[in-house]
Amino acid sequence: MKRERELRPIFSRRALLLGGAQLAAFGALGVRLYRMQVLQHGKYATLAKQNSVNERLLAPLRGLITDRHGVILAGNKQHWRALFMMVQAHDPAAVIERFAALVSLSDSERQRIARDIAGKPRYVPVLLKDYLDWSDMARIEVNATDLPGVFVDVGASRVYPMGDAMSHTIGYVARPTPAQAVQNPVFALPGMRVGRAGVERARDDALRGEPGIVQTEVNAHGTVVRVLDRDNGTQGATVQLTIDAGLQSLAAQKLAGQAGAAVMLDATNGAILAMSSQPGFDPTLFDAGVPEAVWRRWMADPRRPLNDRATGGLYAPGSTFKPNVAMAALECGAITPSTRFFCPGYLKLGNHTFYCWRHQGHGSIDVVGALQQSCDVFFYHTALVTGIDRIAAMGRKLGLIGPLPLDLPGVSQGFLPTRQWARDRRLVWTKGNTVIQGIGQGYTQVTPLGLATMTARIATGRAVGPHIAGAIGDVVQPGNGPDDWPSLGFDMRNLAAVRQGMFDVVNTQLGTGYASRLTLPGVFMAGKTGTAQVHDLSQAQEKANYDDANLPWKFRPNAFFIAFAPTDVPRFAVAVAVEHGNEGASVSAPIAQALMTAALTRTLTPAAPGTIQSAPQAVISEAGPA
Amino acid sequence: MNTPLATKFYRPQYDRSFSFASKLLRVNWLFVLACCALAGIGYAALYSAAGGHGQPYATPQIERFFASLLLMIAIAMIDIRIIAKCAWLLYGLGIVLLIAVWKFGHVGLGAKRWLDVGGVHVQPSELMKLFLALALASWFQRATHERVGNPLFLIPPVLAILVPAALILKEPNLGTAVITMAIGGSVLLGAGVRWWKFAIVIGLVAIIAPYAYSHLHGYQKERILTFLHPGRDPLGAGYNIIQSKIALGSGGMWGQGFLHGTQNQLNFLPEKQTDFVFTIIAEEFGFAGSIVLLGVLFSMVMMAIYTALRCRHQFGRLAALGIATNLFLYCFVNLAMVMGLIPVGGVPLPLVSYGGSALTAVMLGFGVLMSIHVHRDVEFAVSEE
Repeated sequence: MKRERELRPIFSRRALLLGGAQLAAFGALGVRLYRMQVLQHGKYATLAKQNSVNERLLAPLRGLITDRHGVILAGNKQHWRALFMMVQAHDPAAVIERFAALVSLSDSERQRIARDIAGKPRYVPVLLKDYLDWSDMARIEVNATDLPGVFVDVGASRVYPMGDAMSHTIGYVARPTPAQAVQNPVFALPGMRVGRAGVERARDDALRGEPGIVQTEVNAHGTVVRVLDRDNGTQGATVQLTIDAGLQSLAAQKLAGQAGAAVMLDATNGAILAMSSQPGFDPTLFDAGVPEAVWRRWMADPRRPLNDRATGGLYAPGSTFKPNVAMAALECGAITPSTRFFCPGYLKLGNHTFYCWRHQGHGSIDVVGALQQSCDVFFYHTALVTGIDRIAAMGRKLGLIGPLPLDLPGVSQGFLPTRQWARDRRLVWTKGNTVIQGIGQGYTQVTPLGLATMTARIATGRAVGPHIAGAIGDVVQPGNGPDDWPSLGFDMRNLAAVRQGMFDVVNTQLGTGYASRLTLPGVFMAGKTGTAQVHDLSQAQEKANYDDANLPWKFRPNAFFIAFAPTDVPRFAVAVAVEHGNEGASVSAPIAQALMTAALTRTLTPAAPGTIQSAPQAVISEAGPA
Repeated sequence: MNTPLATKFYRPQYDRSFSFASKLLRVNWLFVLACCALAGIGYAALYSAAGGHGQPYATPQIERFFASLLLMIAIAMIDIRIIAKCAWLLYGLGIVLLIAVWKFGHVGLGAKRWLDVGGVHVQPSELMKLFLALALASWFQRATHERVGNPLFLIPPVLAILVPAALILKEPNLGTAVITMAIGGSVLLGAGVRWWKFAIVIGLVAIIAPYAYSHLHGYQKERILTFLHPGRDPLGAGYNIIQSKIALGSGGMWGQGFLHGTQNQLNFLPEKQTDFVFTIIAEEFGFAGSIVLLGVLFSMVMMAIYTALRCRHQFGRLAALGIATNLFLYCFVNLAMVMGLIPVGGVPLPLVSYGGSALTAVMLGFGVLMSIHVHRDVEFAVSEE
């Protein structure tokens, strides 16, 4: 075989050459090892000894969240946890038994401890029990000699004294995700929490703080001999909100039992004084992880307590939309304050009849009267002469739909249809579509926050934007000054007409909100009721003036009320939405009235107790009627 | 031209003397013993890494080793000519797996390297190195010296090296991609490709390298920079290298004693049970222990080259050389990395580091090596030109 004779020697030569090179490489490794391990042993042994000083990062204390007066809305509570160093015990199992005799351990906790003891390296402490109370602590300390290796360590957990009264707005914290822990080593620290919703999430960077460091001397068995140095780090900045804890509690209390939201703004600058969505949840539960039973209950609740209705709930606003339609029509000149339409109780358009809520009709009526009595037929006509594009543009100008500059995550922007939108969707846009647009039905989708913003802008004529941050640390956030927001440039006669209509809603006997007028001497509130159907009535039902109260809960109309006060120098704006509340005038208006009365008289209920740490001085001066 | 002996092995399936028992006798048991010694050292290191516990590393690892050992012996019993016939099929399978990992792989530590096959993690790049050596050996198996000298004949094997290397680079896994190309190169070298052709390729790489560097991933650049200046970020990427050097150096001549290495027991080295397992041995058993481990590894590389030299067919020679190169590069890259000689590369120490996928892949390669050793005298059906 010629091939074998030629190739085999070549192969052998080259294989031996490779083998020689590999021998040389291994030799080099051996020489390197000899240098490091034998010749330079002294140098590295010293370095290894220095390594016995162990540095460990500490999670910083999270910043506080307070209301405008310094009442704590989110604070920190120290909690104690029992840890166990296995290397210090001869018989770990016996120690655990003695520990369990002092502090109750559930079966799942026992299993986890057994797993940790079997699997973890001996020099890593094992968590025995989190969230110890004082009596547990005392029992452990008294029996310390029987529990070698067991020690108590301090951690901090987040507490929310307001509980479910402002759960969605304040948000909650939870353990960082593994991805976050990889991204930023600070997140890997035990006890570290990140904001996952609401203010906690929006202001997470400011609230987080700087981690501390603890230097310990570790002996050859990994046991901490003594603490050399301890720097607790810097607590996160205090975030002071524009919220008034008293108004916030009142809003939650008035909404209790309903599914709905209430938003109260400082009409002069858009600062959110109260914003509650009910039903809520206890945000404290997220710190240690929501128990499964609670989570299941939340998921099964048809009123969906985790949904933030104030900033995220989208509703057809019903008649509370009419001030927007009126402003759009007046500003573009489609109607004037003296324009009158005749209301026979219905509008016939082709072969479809659109009814007024009052079937006997309102007769000849102008814009002030139509707002006062919430005449549907007037706004059918007004919408037709104005057109949906102008109505949508006014909605955007009044802040009814976004983009709003709110400093919170997860805000819905709302939606108003335009002709372009209909064309893009290949929808045939009929006059009928425009007609129901005029009374806030159809495709209209707005949030309670949007309604409150619209009310504030009508009340002041300024482009105020809703915001919740008052000050972070000592820095007052922009938007809180009275001149931070520009004028919208409306014709004052038009604004006056709409404001007069809203004044008449509450303060005249014909007005739909008369029952909820303020009882304060010389102080008046202006408002607008709204009742929006959530399912289609048949023509026959509509003709018969169907009684909504007889419907099952989920088919009942949503109830709205918007208001501002005082009417001479507007200071507060409110929007209340109650899902399936039936009637804006009878369900939502009293809530708005209570909030207004409280804000105007300053007889606020004291904020919920539970101040955990001394609150810093309020940076923003107290709000009061001008 | 066949000698009587070669005739005897021409069709071993008809020859009762080449029985299962005689095959078993022909296995290089010294090599198997070295494997067991290596696994034993690994067991001690992993036992120590867990602070003196069999769990969670040492016991599962030794169980997997014995399972893989049976697999290795079973492969050693397969006729090498059957393996040679399947070489390109296996190569194709490797490419398919690499593409699968690219499309649906698991992301681990920033790179897609893993494939989940029925609950078992598979790292196709590890298998690909073996399959590439087999495929190239099969390509040169019956080539004459003149054909090897023909540049056109060399185009397919070069492509066969570059395609998997590119796929592995895409994962991204720079270390394994370089090792894959080196294995391919070693087979080409053994096949008799001229030296000056290698010189041209190396020259081209030297020109392209600076351009390629600018296209490396951030973490890969980081590794190279960290290697050049380990002190520049003491708690970042350079931390491992510094701590690993301290562990090695503090071991001294005789070590700090089993379970008494402070660097190891006090957990200054994260993930020391995988790539940095050598530091445990070096710290606790000193220079003496390290040299023993180095000796075992080197003897295995030498035994693999011996198998190649001893083999009477070109396929076995080239495949054995590829497997030997793979083993050598594994050991060298890992040890040099731990000693701070080359950048941290994510290459484990064969049979010692914790990890089932790499262990199985290495033992599969050893199985083929043993099959070559067992069938070193068989003759391939050759159509002489």
